[in-house]
Amino acid sequence: MMLADQDRIFTNLYGVHDPLLAGARMRGDWDNTKAILERGRDALVDEVKASGLRGRGGAGFPTGLKWSFMPKTSDRPCYLVVNADESEPGTCKDRDIIRHDPHKLVEGCLVAGFAMGACAAYIYIRGEFYNEHLVLQAAIDEAYEAGLIGKNACGSGYDFDVILHRGAGAYICGEETALIESLEGKKGMPRLKPPFPAGVGLYGCPSTVNNVESIAVAPTILRRGAAWFSALGRQNNTGPKVFCISGHVNKPCNVEEELGIPMRELIDKYAGGVRGGWDNLLAVIPGGASVPVIPKSVCDDVLMDFDSLRNVRSGLGTAAVIVMDKSTDLIKAIARLSKFYMHESCGQCTPCREGTGWMYRVMTRMVEGRAELAEIDTLEQVTRQIEGHTICALGDAAAWPIQGLIRHFRPLMEERIASYKARSTVRLAAE
Amino acid sequence: MPKLTIDGIEVEVPPGSTVLQAAEAAGIEIPRFCYHDRLSIAGNCRMCLVEIEKTPPKPISSCTYPAAEGMIVHTDTPMVRNGRRGVMEFLLINHPLDCPICDQGGECDLQDQAMGYGMDHSRYAENKRAVKDKELGPLVKTVMTRCIHCTRCIRFISEVAGVPDLGATSRGEHMEVGTYVEKALSSELSANIIDLCPVGALTSKPYAFTARSWELTKTDSVDVLDAVGANIRVDTRGPEVLRILPRLNEDVNEEWLGDKSRFSIDGLKRRRLDKPWVRKDGKLQAATWQQAFDAIATKLHDTKGDRIGAIAGDLCDAESMLALKDLMAALGSFNLDCRQDGAKLTNARRDHYTFNTQIAGIEDADAILIIGSNPRREAPVLNARIRKAWANSGAKIGVIGAETDLTYPVTHLGTGTTALGAGETFLNGAKKPMVIVGQGALKHENLLAAAWGIASRAGALTPEWHGFNVLHTAAARVGALDLGFLSGKTAGEMLNGGVDVLYLLGADEFNIAKTGPATFVIYQGHHGDSGAARADVILPGAAYTEKSGTYVNTEGRVQRGFMATHPPGEAREDWKIIRALSAHTGHALPYDTIAAVRARLEQVNPVFANVGFLPRFGCSDTTAPAGDPAAVANVNFTPVIVHYHQTDTISRASPTMAACVAALEPAPAMAAE
Amino acid sequence: MADFEQPAHFAFDADSAAEIDRVVAKYPPGRQASAVIPALYVVQRQMKRQTGSAWVPLKGMDAVGERLGMPPIRVYEVATFYFMFNMAPIGKYHLQLCTTTPCWLRGSDDIVAACREATGIKGWKETSADGLFTMTEVECVGACVNAPILQVDDDFYEDMDREKTLLVIAALREGKPPAVGSMIGRQRSAPEGGPTTLLFAPENG
Repeated sequence: MMLADQDRIFTNLYGVHDPLLAGARMRGDWDNTKAILERGRDALVDEVKASGLRGRGGAGFPTGLKWSFMPKTSDRPCYLVVNADESEPGTCKDRDIIRHDPHKLVEGCLVAGFAMGACAAYIYIRGEFYNEHLVLQAAIDEAYEAGLIGKNACGSGYDFDVILHRGAGAYICGEETALIESLEGKKGMPRLKPPFPAGVGLYGCPSTVNNVESIAVAPTILRRGAAWFSALGRQNNTGPKVFCISGHVNKPCNVEEELGIPMRELIDKYAGGVRGGWDNLLAVIPGGASVPVIPKSVCDDVLMDFDSLRNVRSGLGTAAVIVMDKSTDLIKAIARLSKFYMHESCGQCTPCREGTGWMYRVMTRMVEGRAELAEIDTLEQVTRQIEGHTICALGDAAAWPIQGLIRHFRPLMEERIASYKARSTVRLAAE
Repeated sequence: MPKLTIDGIEVEVPPGSTVLQAAEAAGIEIPRFCYHDRLSIAGNCRMCLVEIEKTPPKPISSCTYPAAEGMIVHTDTPMVRNGRRGVMEFLLINHPLDCPICDQGGECDLQDQAMGYGMDHSRYAENKRAVKDKELGPLVKTVMTRCIHCTRCIRFISEVAGVPDLGATSRGEHMEVGTYVEKALSSELSANIIDLCPVGALTSKPYAFTARSWELTKTDSVDVLDAVGANIRVDTRGPEVLRILPRLNEDVNEEWLGDKSRFSIDGLKRRRLDKPWVRKDGKLQAATWQQAFDAIATKLHDTKGDRIGAIAGDLCDAESMLALKDLMAALGSFNLDCRQDGAKLTNARRDHYTFNTQIAGIEDADAILIIGSNPRREAPVLNARIRKAWANSGAKIGVIGAETDLTYPVTHLGTGTTALGAGETFLNGAKKPMVIVGQGALKHENLLAAAWGIASRAGALTPEWHGFNVLHTAAARVGALDLGFLSGKTAGEMLNGGVDVLYLLGADEFNIAKTGPATFVIYQGHHGDSGAARADVILPGAAYTEKSGTYVNTEGRVQRGFMATHPPGEAREDWKIIRALSAHTGHALPYDTIAAVRARLEQVNPVFANVGFLPRFGCSDTTAPAGDPAAVANVNFTPVIVHYHQTDTISRASPTMAACVAALEPAPAMAAE
Repeated sequence: MADFEQPAHFAFDADSAAEIDRVVAKYPPGRQASAVIPALYVVQRQMKRQTGSAWVPLKGMDAVGERLGMPPIRVYEVATFYFMFNMAPIGKYHLQLCTTTPCWLRGSDDIVAACREATGIKGWKETSADGLFTMTEVECVGACVNAPILQVDDDFYEDMDREKTLLVIAALREGKPPAVGSMIGRQRSAPEGGPTTLLFAPENG
């Protein structure tokens, strides 16, 4: 079964049509938004809760529940902060929403912001998305112009601002508290929790940070109802989701599909299959760089949703499927991710600052095989010393790809070490 | 008051406490590097991990985690030990193994904790990181490769010192602590980061490679280079003072110390008066004590009591001032003054000349009016309390005097007496107002009474709250006023021939040229500064580290320092010199031991009986000091300290302090530029 | 610091000053520090206008600190934390090569080699002898289904290969940057050959 186009939320995902207001209205955006707001805060939160929507940024926390953490009354302003810092390697879905369906996001800001009692939404977009930010800014400007946001948004009597803020090249700002720090004009260093943003967030005020996709699907959920949304996908893993299929496939692409679609079907149907055929598959990183790699044997029948992938000790993450065929030097592929995490560690806390560099340097030797067999265990232990010991999840994210590699491809690493040793013995003998 | 259980020990802690603080209350020590009681919580070192029941199964940093009712905490489980070992290993992989040549050796937190959580070998086979050292000025030496990025120094400099000079630039493993643009730290409290640094990244530049901590003899003392009376520890090896460190006193200096107080010690070795001198034929010539005393006795014999006068300087201990006062009385003179700067102070009532709110009390104030003082330069440690009152409870601060950066936002009300009205308005509505009047104002007549009047009308003088404060700059001043070193002719009247014999007890801070040409000047002190240069007889005395002495700080707190080294050469403890001179002039003073001198001190003023302790008090009698507020002249208040680092005979003799002045106040640009 | 000269002065020109005013207005009163990243971009763009090289000099950071009421060290921290601020002068075109795993799987090594060949640049963060190009290795730029990516200044050239890289660089050399986006004519992130979904679209049918 294929998700019907009628059930797709992002109907301009590929930017075939006008991304701006006129086109968006034809796609149903901003259609009597006032009526949605008139249902009241609680009704909106309940509807989103009932839809089963889980956060689309990676962690998969129930979105409606997150909204409900915001105070019912507050003497301070409350903020919605939208995480458009899309930087997880493999992931490029928010980019398409921003540049092709920006009004879904802007309208989502209004309805979500209203539902949580926020006076404004700050959208934090990664600095590299320069052209994308121009489109989104144009959409925001149009929405103001048309009275959809700003004072008396959509004639609802509710005042709501949407402000676009550019980052400047720091993966860590995708972590919600680092994002808030960055938005406040500081280095993007994650905050200690508690307190959580819902209590003390942006400018010390109650705040909720949501991923672009989580916010952009909200208006459609509220229009078509929780029942429609939750009928898609699988139990506890409801709704459609934008998948990014990259790497060794014939036709890399983004596509919106139901959660729970088998990985093989996703790759075969939309991405033209694995380069050289399914049997040429080596491994897949199924949810962006942070989640552990899984070998073909697991890929054969795993479903693409939060729970199924967790059950195979990986994760859905951002639903960024990085496909690697048998030509891949998998150790090198993972070592490159280790370099990524070393480069993107903020440096604040000890295990991540020191550990990411250590892991990368050992991984670099592992690529050559220039290591001792026992170092595989040491490396594994180092990942455990980082995991769960840091302020934010970047430490975990840096540890997991290596853990996945060792878990599934240890023989490959051993073989590499053995052949390096053999080569050096030959060299020595020849000298 | 949440009650929680830590390692089976039940403990109740104030709301808002962290698990780490609760563990401390239960007597359990938690290792830490980044956490510090007096700084904001960073939570970055991850050493303080503990296990808390009913939380996700991973270790939790106790310094950041709020203690809650019913919480059950374990600080010594396999998970905790492994977590800490892991953190320790990470800290060590890029930390150099240069302990043998590191000045922190022996007092290094990393070294100590590695004993408990370190491995016996390194599993790290890669190259270690090397970081370029930073230039932070003449006091703080950096070896940045040793830095473990705890950010204590950054937090101290921005939060306590209030001078945001330090930061951490770049990110990840390239993150570096520094000023980015190489520049000397501009805080008067900068060297405290040496104490705060848990490793050898920041060490004392003047003390570099001088000694190991276990070689040093440690003596408790009191700082005299300002009037705060910071508690210090004097570390000596043999006859030499090698370093001075702050000693904890919550009521006075917490655990901070001003840079001058810490680093003027090289001035103790220079320009010292180590033997008596007597002027003969217009030239000072080295002499024996006998010859010096003879010269004095001969002169005194021919001089009537009221033609003799004495001025006590700013660094004097109470014992020597008392002895001099008693000697003068025996000689028939009551011409005594401790106000060489001519401050318009009287000693009729104690709370008219002390800092009555007390230093710790500053934290309770909600509005502070500073009149004619720059506390940042005059008393940096006290200034940090004012900053704390602003930072913690939002106290507002108004200033009348020169406009300057005090490290916290102020309302600048005016530069002189014309702004006094505005100052009074500024305190309107405050519940616990404070008036701080400084020496810049007290140069002028009637200002004391005017400031008191402002305090009185602002409601700062109640039985529960005493908001009138005199901020002194001289460590000796309050003690001198307490023991009545203030009678007869004023210092000004003793000059220009006002007396025939002038006894200067460490008094150098006035225009010595105004001494009458015919006046016979006796200078007793420790440094060859302006007073000694003018003297007819020089009696070599002891610096504060070389004698046991009693000092009363600006609050009126009586404190005592112990002798850490002996005075150099033939120099002697000051009260003993005066005692010996008294015998030589036939007026032997009735005490031979320091205990007897102190008994006499208590007899003169009972305040000397309470050493260390000073109860908080209010103001039950609002009678103003003498003076007519209406007669205040129209003047601007000028700063009393130009160079923080050079204010007295010791710091002026210190090459380190000279280097600080040069680093922070570079010579004016060449005209040609 | 490296071997380049810091300008002795920096002052916002009229365009920059106006832009910073606009940006500061986006944040609540007293929260103008939020504008530090935008303000640093303003500095970098002004340097590009004035010198042809987009970078952030020391005096520019000081100017930002002064305008936003931030201690200079806080501005330095931010400027050095975020990767998109060039702390040293760069060439006229900033070639930013993503080599993270998704791009690497699709042949980013070839793009890097082609850039080196076409510009003569050997190391990262180096500038070509003619001052036209600086090559920087960047982490995932977030366009992975169109990998590999060559980012030139603010623009993404997607679906690159060796030949197209040489083409783009030759065009830049002539001051005629090619149209941005997919270099193989793909409809954005749709699969090659055209969308296989969303063939029905509301505004069409």
